[in-house]
Amino acid sequence: MNDHEPSTLSRRRFLILGVVTATAFAMPPFISLKAYAATLEQPPMAKVTIQVNGQSQTLEVDTRTTLLDALREHLHLTGSKKGCDHGQCGACTVIADGRRINSCLTLAVMQNGVEVTTIEGLGLPDNLHPMQAAFIRHDGYQCGYCTPGQICSAVAVLEEIHHGIPSHVSPSLTEPPRLSAAELQERMSGNICRCGAYSNIIEAISEVAEVPA
Amino acid sequence: MKFDTPATRNPIDQLKVVGKATDRIEGPLKTSGQAPYAYEQHEAVKHQAYGVMVGSTIAKGRIANIDLAEAKAAPGVLAIVTAANAGKLGKGKYNAAHLLAGPQVQHYHQAVALVVAETFEQARAAAQCVKVDYEATKGEFDLASVRDQGVEPKDEMPDVRHGDFAAAFAAAPVQFDQTYTTPDQSHAMMEPHSTLAAWQGDQLTLWTSNQMVAWSVGDIAATLGLPKEKVRLISPYIGGGFGGKLFIRADAILAALGARLAGRPVKVALTRPQVANNTTHRPATIQRIRMGATADGKLTAIAHEGWSGNLAEGKVELAAQPSQLLYAAENRLVSMRLAPLDLPEGNAMRAPGETPGLMVLEIAMDEMAEKLKLDPIQFRILNDTQVDPVKTERPFSQRHLIECLQTGAERFGWDKRNAQPGSRREGRWLIGMGVAAAIRNNLLVKSGARVRLERNGKITVETDMTDIGTGSYTIIAQTAAEMMGVGLEEVVVHLGDSSFPVSSGSGGQFGGNCSTAGVYAACVKLREAVAAKLGMSQGEAEFIDGHVRLGSKSLPLRNAAQDAALEAEDSIEFGDLAKQYQQSTFGAHFAEVAVDAATGEVRVRRMLAVCSAGRILNPKSARSQVIGAMTMGVGAALMEELAVDKRLGFFVNHDLAGYEVPVHADIPHQEVIFLDETDPVSSPMKAKGVGELGICGVSAAVANAIYNATGARVREYPVTLDKIMGALPEMV
Repeated sequence: MNDHEPSTLSRRRFLILGVVTATAFAMPPFISLKAYAATLEQPPMAKVTIQVNGQSQTLEVDTRTTLLDALREHLHLTGSKKGCDHGQCGACTVIADGRRINSCLTLAVMQNGVEVTTIEGLGLPDNLHPMQAAFIRHDGYQCGYCTPGQICSAVAVLEEIHHGIPSHVSPSLTEPPRLSAAELQERMSGNICRCGAYSNIIEAISEVAEVPA
Repeated sequence: MKFDTPATRNPIDQLKVVGKATDRIEGPLKTSGQAPYAYEQHEAVKHQAYGVMVGSTIAKGRIANIDLAEAKAAPGVLAIVTAANAGKLGKGKYNAAHLLAGPQVQHYHQAVALVVAETFEQARAAAQCVKVDYEATKGEFDLASVRDQGVEPKDEMPDVRHGDFAAAFAAAPVQFDQTYTTPDQSHAMMEPHSTLAAWQGDQLTLWTSNQMVAWSVGDIAATLGLPKEKVRLISPYIGGGFGGKLFIRADAILAALGARLAGRPVKVALTRPQVANNTTHRPATIQRIRMGATADGKLTAIAHEGWSGNLAEGKVELAAQPSQLLYAAENRLVSMRLAPLDLPEGNAMRAPGETPGLMVLEIAMDEMAEKLKLDPIQFRILNDTQVDPVKTERPFSQRHLIECLQTGAERFGWDKRNAQPGSRREGRWLIGMGVAAAIRNNLLVKSGARVRLERNGKITVETDMTDIGTGSYTIIAQTAAEMMGVGLEEVVVHLGDSSFPVSSGSGGQFGGNCSTAGVYAACVKLREAVAAKLGMSQGEAEFIDGHVRLGSKSLPLRNAAQDAALEAEDSIEFGDLAKQYQQSTFGAHFAEVAVDAATGEVRVRRMLAVCSAGRILNPKSARSQVIGAMTMGVGAALMEELAVDKRLGFFVNHDLAGYEVPVHADIPHQEVIFLDETDPVSSPMKAKGVGELGICGVSAAVANAIYNATGARVREYPVTLDKIMGALPEMV
């Protein structure tokens, strides 16, 4: 059995739960997963190994645990924030195998073997990542709650542009996208900042990316 | 320290640290995820359990029965709080509705239970198993249909009747009369309300997300029936508030009750979909503006009447308030009426009163200017007043509205605006410019602090002041550094703990000025103690570059604490200068929009704010406050509206997908200009606030720009494209 296989939960059991979840939406609300879940004596647990900020972390988690809660509640890496817990705000953004994801929208058990970089992995106060330092210089944050997500997103956005991935505002789907404020604004729009630091955030990212003014 | 005469020269005027654009001192913590918010206090106490709230699914009525059998049997469940086992609960002074329902339900998503379990997943699953039977009763959910039941809010805002409005309006050669609406809005701060509660015997500690620490200690004590001394509240980092965290909410009370019942520390965060209906919101308004003017544009009569609704013990939205002071007119009527509604509690949101009031008044000014064939800036300048229009013997301490408007006009290129709507087109885009004036009063609240010269020469500041993103940590450090003559890096600031001296807290844009003035007061005392210790009491010692000087004598500051730390505590208390002078902040907002000629899609292209707000303590964070407020103003103009289900009585779009707020792509580069000024009447800091001034009038500037671009005059916010479509040019 390889390391990527959840060991404490049989694949069959996992699939059954998945089927129940899927069918719950199609059934009347009185026959739902909740009734089934309540009859379980113990929640289904699974072992998962995630590379978090370069360290291998093996966790025994409830299979319902999101990657976000695994980071925050199990590993106490609370830099990734819970703003909505359903993929609307971007505060939980982390980088998984090089691409940014909303860590609230994926289960921890789905990230077995994945390399996850959180804000703590980008840099800490005595060794800040250039993007973190730029956010400070440009005051690209206020309350600070969306900030780790903004920064993780920003770092990944520059990679996406670097790798030629187009966005909604890219003039062409086949030409490499150009670094511009409009590209950054479009790509960063999944990260809400209610304090409204957007103008400064774009300046911070532009400085790091050396976007021509 | 009593502040009852205007400030003269004081150590702050050196401006070695204060007034300099300064990076936030907590920046490295926030940008690396090391600043712990309420739900992240893993180190605070051991064995934390998780609580998940169950909210009412009716808006009004009573709970007939709660069946907890299934939830109790669910894995991991430790305790379930309901009104049946919560004990007798009081109600906080600052809450309109009870924070735990039962048997009465007062609004949708009012808490009915808290399920506590070993893990979050278990608590969440078990919360779904709580079965509640309700008996719903009819409620009122539509402001328009109950507005006539509105009563004068005599305590909060009695009617202003000055001169004879009716006669002057009737006699005016040019008359204007329009009615507008603003919708319910949600603070939608990024961090949902969250609390960790732990009991040690009868002593309760709450790590929570709260703007007003002392208010909230009082309300927790009142709700739980505890002496205030038994409650400690810790709120070092707050993930946004905007008025939504001025008060304790269900998370705090339920965490405390859950922790007592479970015998363990319990943490609770509202889920995002609970925030809009469980907590407070900015209430919707209906506002009618009437103006009478001479043919050359002098206002002779102005009436601003507004209506808002709330729960029985809730307050009115003071939307008509800005018309008390913004423009001259001898005959005035300013009134609000509060009608009974059964929607969730309406309460303060960023610049309560002024925000919805100026959203409306500043469209009306644009309309009236057009009617008078005057430039909107000229019309405003023509009707400026340097005194309180009702109490004319009372001057403004500072009022540079005209300068704001003129400076902004020049910087923004206002002369390129064509007054004829729909006359400027660039390809598919119709281009327009809009302007609005801003006013927000300068409130003065007693504020205390404790400062300590440590044995190592560092300065420690402790106050229960909060930093909700406003930059409190940094301006407080700047103030202490300036006063004690040390560098910013020598100052350590601790905030948001009720064991520290009571501050103004964060609200009403008073926190920056008042809390730093409190630190100033404490530093004055510490300077006296240091001077005494160093034998320099016989004159006015100077504190410069880590040294204390008197005449030819100079000693290192740290010498004063070489045996033991020196500590001083004081508060700033404001006398009656606010009675002698009207203290307000002023601004002018400019916006340029492009409106898609086919679809009506609005893009904000440029924004400028010019602010007159006393001394700017930290131009960097103050500018951020203003651009953030401008952003929220764009939201209010174009998209923000809590949609009311008038049948079932709740806000339908209660998450961040349904309740739209501006995102990166909605906001252009923003410019802010602060007029160079000080206001010695305000405080020893000679500062005022900017965090709310920044939103005042913004939405109207955007709406006016849309009118200028398209000719669509929308009087019902938000200005969505369906309301613009009718004015767009024919496509063929």
